[in-house]
Amino acid sequence: MKITLDADKCCAAGQCVLIAPEVFDQRDEDGIVVLLDDAPPAEQHEAVREAAAICPAAVIEIHA
Amino acid sequence: MSEMSETTLSAAPAPLPVQPPPGCPFEPPAEFAALRTAEPISRISLPDGGWAWLATRYADIRAIFGDTRFSSDTTIPGYPLGGMTGGHTTDHRGFIRRDPPEHTRLRRMVTREFMVKRVEALRPEIQRLTDELCDAMEQAHGREDGAIDLVEALALPVPSLVISLLLGVPYDDHDIFQRLTGKLLSRTIPDDERETARGELRGYLHQLVSSKEAEPGDDILGRLIVEQQRTGEITHDDVVAFAALLLIAGHETTANMIGLSALTLMRDPESADRLRRDPGLIRGAVEELLRFHSIIRNGPRRVATTDVEIDGHLIRAGEGVVVAVPSANRDETVFPDADRLDVRRPNAQHHVAFGYGIHQCLGQALARVELQVVIGTLLRRFPTMRPAVPDEEIPFRTDMAIYGCHALPVTW
Ligand code: HEM
Repeated sequence: MKITLDADKCCAAGQCVLIAPEVFDQRDEDGIVVLLDDAPPAEQHEAVREAAAICPAAVIEIHA
Repeated sequence: MSEMSETTLSAAPAPLPVQPPPGCPFEPPAEFAALRTAEPISRISLPDGGWAWLATRYADIRAIFGDTRFSSDTTIPGYPLGGMTGGHTTDHRGFIRRDPPEHTRLRRMVTREFMVKRVEALRPEIQRLTDELCDAMEQAHGREDGAIDLVEALALPVPSLVISLLLGVPYDDHDIFQRLTGKLLSRTIPDDERETARGELRGYLHQLVSSKEAEPGDDILGRLIVEQQRTGEITHDDVVAFAALLLIAGHETTANMIGLSALTLMRDPESADRLRRDPGLIRGAVEELLRFHSIIRNGPRRVATTDVEIDGHLIRAGEGVVVAVPSANRDETVFPDADRLDVRRPNAQHHVAFGYGIHQCLGQALARVELQVVIGTLLRRFPTMRPAVPDEEIPFRTDMAIYGCHALPVTW
C-alpha cells in the first residue's frame, strides 16, 4: 500500500488521526494532516482504508 | 426563493418534518423513512413562504455536503433562510456561513486549537471538572433526597465550562450567554425576538473582545487578537464573529448529546452493563450515540451556486437545500437495523452527525472527549441512576434546532 495526500484540501477534522494514529498526525501550527508512514505495514491497511473512507475532504489517496 | 404560482399553491409541499413520532422521543420524524424510499430528494415549504429541497438519503447527503457548488454563504440569493436559527446571516456571520477561500482562511486560524492532540491533552482537566460536578450532584442528592436535573447539574456545565475556558470567556457570565444561545436556537420564538437576542449576544461579545484587546489572555480569543487581528489579518468584528460561533456551537450541542445519551443508557441496562464491563467500548458507543440521536434537526442548509444533478434530480442555481442529518444516519443501506442502538456497531463512525465536507464540525474531537468522559463517569459512579419521572413528563426539545431534553430529572 502506498498513500498520498492532497493536504491543501484538508479541513483538519482529525478523524484520520483517531482511526490510524500510527499513520496520520496533525501539524502543530494548524492541525493539517501529515503522513507519518506513506507505506504502512499490512496490519495498518484496514485502518487506513477506513480513514480514507471517512475523511470529510477526500484528502487521502490509496494506491494499491 | 421564487414565489409559488397560484396553480401550485394548493399543492404546497409540507414543512420540514421535526416532530418525533408520538410516544417515541428517540426516533427521528417518521416522514424521513418514507421519503428515503419514495422521494429521497423532495420539496419542503419554509415558514417564510419559500421552499427548498430536502435530502434524506445518506449517499445524496454526503454528495451535497462534499460538493462546494453547494454554498454555505447565507448572503447568496436563494439561500433558504426561512425558519433558520443560530448566529448572524449578515456581514457579522462566522465562517460556518462562508465559502472558500474565506472559509478556509478563517477556519485555519483556529483548527490547531481543536486538533486531536490538543484536545487529548485536555482530557484530565475535563475529567476533573466532571468529577467535581458529580461530587456536587451526590451532595445535593443526599441533602434533598429528591430528583436532580441532570441537564443543569452536569450536561450543560461541562461543555459550557470547557468552551468558556478555551475561549477566555468568563464562566461567571454563563447565565447571560446560555439564555441568549437558548433563544438563538429556538425554532418557535418570533423572528424579532431572536434578532434581539442575537444583538444582545453580539453586544456582550463586543465588550468582551474590547477588554481582551487591551489585555489579551492565553486563550483562543487572546491568540486571535495577538496573532491575527494585530497583524491586520482580521478585524475586531471578525474576532466577535469567531467568539459567537465557537460559543454557540461549543456548548448546546454537546450538552444535548450528554442528556440524551445518559437517558438512553438508563433505559438500556444491557448496553450500559456492557460498557461498564468493558470501558474500551465507550469510544465506539459515543459514535453510535451520535449517529442514533443526530441532534441537529433544522439543517444544515446550502444553496446551489450552479445547476447540479443529485441522484437524477436537477437542483438549479439559486435553489436551497436542507440536509436531513437524522435521516442519513438511519439509512438502512448504510446502517443495517438502523433504528436499533448498537453500541458495538462496526461502522458507526460513518455517521454524518458532525456533517461532512469542508464544514465538518471543527469541535468534533472536543465533543467526543467530553462525551467519552461524561458517559464513562456516569456509568461508573451512578450505576443505578434512573429518570425520576415517566417519559411523557420529560420535556424534549421539539421546539429547538438542536434536539435533546430541556431538563432531565434523575435519581439513584
Ligand atoms: C455533539 C456535539 C456536536 C455536534 C452534533 C455538532 C454538529 C455540527 C455539524 C453538523 C456541523 C456542520 C454544519 C454545516 O455543515 O453547515 C458543525 C460545524 C461546526 N461545529 Fe459542531 N457539533 C458539535 C460540537 C461542537 C463543539 C464542541 C464545537 C466547539 C467549538 C463545535 C464547533 C463547530 C464549528 C466551529 C463548526 C463550523 C465548521 C465550519 O463551518 O467549517 N461543534 N457541527
